[in-house]
Amino acid sequence: MEDISCQVLVIGAGPGGYVAAIRAAQLGLDTVIVEGDKAGGTCLIRGCIPSKALIHASERMHHLAQHMDGHMGMKIDGSVSLDMKELISWKDDIVTKLNKGVEHLLKNAGARLIAGWATFKDAKHCTVETKEGPVNIEAENVILATGSTPIELPFMKFDEKYICSSTGALDLDALPEKVAVIGGGYIGLELGIALRRLGSEVTVIEGLDKVLAIFDDELRRPLVTWLRKNGVTTHVNCLAQGAEVNDGKVELTWKDGGGEIQAETFDKVLVTVGRQPNTRGWGLEKMGLRMDADERFIRIDDQCKTSMRGVFAIGDVSGEPMLAHRASAQGEMVAEILAGHKRSFDPVAIPAIVFTEPEIICVGLTPDEAVEAGEEIITGKFPLAANGRALTMEAEKTGGFVRVVARESDHVILGIQATGSHVSELSGEFTLALEMGAVLEDIAGTIHAHPTMSESFHEGVLKTLGHAIHTV
Amino acid sequence: MGLHVFKLPDIGEGVVEGEITAWHVAVGDTVVEDQEMVDIMTDKATVGIGSTVDGKVSKLYGAIGDMIAVGAPLIEFEVDGEGSAAAEPEPEPEPMPEPEPTPEPAPAPPTTVPTPKSAPTPAPEPVTAPDTSRRPLASPVVRRRAKEEGVSLSQVSGSGPAGRITHDDLDAYLTRPQTVGGLPISMPGQERSGVTEVPVVGLRRKIAEQMTKSYTTIPHFSYFEEVDVTDLEALRQWMNANRTEEQPKLTYLPFIMQALVKLFQGEHGGCNARYNDQNEILSLHSAINIGIATTTDRGLYVPVVKHVEAKTIWETGSELIRVASAARDGSANLDDLTGSTFTITSLGRDGGLGATPIINHPEVGILGVHKANDRAVVIDGKITIRRMMNLSSSWDHRVVDGADGAALVQALKQLLEHPISIL
Repeated sequence: MEDISCQVLVIGAGPGGYVAAIRAAQLGLDTVIVEGDKAGGTCLIRGCIPSKALIHASERMHHLAQHMDGHMGMKIDGSVSLDMKELISWKDDIVTKLNKGVEHLLKNAGARLIAGWATFKDAKHCTVETKEGPVNIEAENVILATGSTPIELPFMKFDEKYICSSTGALDLDALPEKVAVIGGGYIGLELGIALRRLGSEVTVIEGLDKVLAIFDDELRRPLVTWLRKNGVTTHVNCLAQGAEVNDGKVELTWKDGGGEIQAETFDKVLVTVGRQPNTRGWGLEKMGLRMDADERFIRIDDQCKTSMRGVFAIGDVSGEPMLAHRASAQGEMVAEILAGHKRSFDPVAIPAIVFTEPEIICVGLTPDEAVEAGEEIITGKFPLAANGRALTMEAEKTGGFVRVVARESDHVILGIQATGSHVSELSGEFTLALEMGAVLEDIAGTIHAHPTMSESFHEGVLKTLGHAIHTV
Repeated sequence: MGLHVFKLPDIGEGVVEGEITAWHVAVGDTVVEDQEMVDIMTDKATVGIGSTVDGKVSKLYGAIGDMIAVGAPLIEFEVDGEGSAAAEPEPEPEPMPEPEPTPEPAPAPPTTVPTPKSAPTPAPEPVTAPDTSRRPLASPVVRRRAKEEGVSLSQVSGSGPAGRITHDDLDAYLTRPQTVGGLPISMPGQERSGVTEVPVVGLRRKIAEQMTKSYTTIPHFSYFEEVDVTDLEALRQWMNANRTEEQPKLTYLPFIMQALVKLFQGEHGGCNARYNDQNEILSLHSAINIGIATTTDRGLYVPVVKHVEAKTIWETGSELIRVASAARDGSANLDDLTGSTFTITSLGRDGGLGATPIINHPEVGILGVHKANDRAVVIDGKITIRRMMNLSSSWDHRVVDGADGAALVQALKQLLEHPISIL
């Protein structure tokens, strides 16, 4: 039994918690961070990073398949094979590298990482069950960064063998021939498309009338086209009813839009119907914190303060959007607040990126949202098909574009969206433009290097101003 | 789930209604006990009303600017359990204040209202009224610096494209002159167009109503005089130099207040009065309660020093400091802000030769005190340097004749020029 006290106690070493701990330690605060699994959290261990590794691998596989038929004068004679275990092991190496990196950074900054499960007795006291026995921690300040987990359908429990969450889908030991994806949101589509490109037959079952319904039709169209052209079956307005495992296969039933029950047999069913904040199993109820109106997330203010003095919540447990970069920014801010800085969480935009094929970025307001917010807007759309670099990378094939939304009266840029292969790296410039309060003329007056895809943003802005050079 | 109707509690002696000046909750918000929900302004003070229950707000009765009677429903909550009698017939919240029947003259446009009672430092207003509906345009580093400096960027005008706020704009705001009339130090202003409509609510509306009533019902006459305060200044300096630790540093005001006591207790008692023009009764008060017009961040307040007749000059000074700072920091209670029988407005530090102060209805007189400074004065055919102070006064001509007002000011001049007679 060890008793320790600290100035800052961080619960959860994901992208919110570890950033908070490093920053707090950098600022000279006595910092302890507790993690029940591996440092890095969902993002590094079983989310963003491993999925991007598989997505990259699947793109390679897709290219190889193209070369089987001959493409760009390059032809593979013979066969291409996939060793799923090898692929997963390659992915695991990346994950391990990042996990070790986070541990190293925490240590270097001077934060103490305690491995074990923390359970709170009250707002400022918890006990961590470690391998070496329990550790009692008394903290002056607590940062809750417990993250989120995939939502399970009550009638279709995860076994991670046949009925998989995203976690199981990232640790497959063999490529399934036939996969059903329940839930056509961004996680389901990212993983579904990766599996499709690796060679699986993929069916998406979506409850709403369209996949990736968070985006407008224009932004979704290239994705929907890709799904159709690449043989991904999508059933919309369909609700999963149940799954039965027989002889190593899953018989999935769902109700279609007409109310008819449909059934089909798959090798695996991937359930990606959303994520829920981790609010149970660690004593939250003992801390006396106010929850938000839906009782779902811990309620926070613009400094991530909870209703309890000295207790902060960041990342997925504190609300939408459940994105790693939001958590990190909050974590950094809270550490600085604890060090006496005056800060508040006031981003103009939190960029959202979907790593499907094509990729989709959304920063700031879409045209519809801007109009709904009462803005008089002008917009411009520049097709990647008119961008030289995109052509050389075949990034235009899916009909992608960059779209700019600006206020008509003063040309302040309100939002930027893009879709196309490889467009995700453009998100930094988009977000910077919004944070700096750029007007169209700022971007128009910035020389964008040729030949790059970033020229599409420049041209999109010119188009919004009514004088694009490379499109009519 | 039940419904609980929260009613405006009795918030102070004699207060029957209050004006909603700010909502801190909205429909759908979850509220915890003691959480501040709404600001209610009564005749003088603004009170934050906290919740007495935990619950979810399901209805707000009234908007900012509405008058709510004590006991009238203010907020409806959804609460666990039974709730309170929600079905109880709800008295309609009174839509508009009708405190006293007063003709409704068209209120003067806010921009041209002279600073009421000539407060010495008018609150600096931003040159362009900020548009608070949109978030200010500024880069992350500027937003962060503003936060560190405690500046709300919606108060800062930006010089960049589309009004973007730069470090220079923030510098200019932070170093802006604290008085009007100073030249903007940043750059020549651009031509601007557009009109910003500022709703006159809360304290501003109270001030507007009170000024309108004073100015339209009282036939004012004003009278000016200059006073040689050279001896008074010497006495004041000596007293301050020899005061004990618990004695306050004296300004001119305590001397003037004590001099007024002498006059009001003598033949000028008719000016320490309140005139009820409805029933045409002039009430002469034995208590000498002197209101001191005080500029605060929230607007004009008139804290009151009670029973000056029973106070020494030191006690007068201490009480003056207490009520004025209570008014400034918002801690003044209703008692500190009511009951004056005469008002002094300090026309202050920034100079000015004369002013026509507006009487604090239903009082019958007001005295404006100007800055004292050294001037060349002719005494016995010689030019001499003397410390001089101008006094401006206004009187209710219905009950104070010109000769009486003038006589009071002349008597006051005599006392102040021979200050030993005050003590």
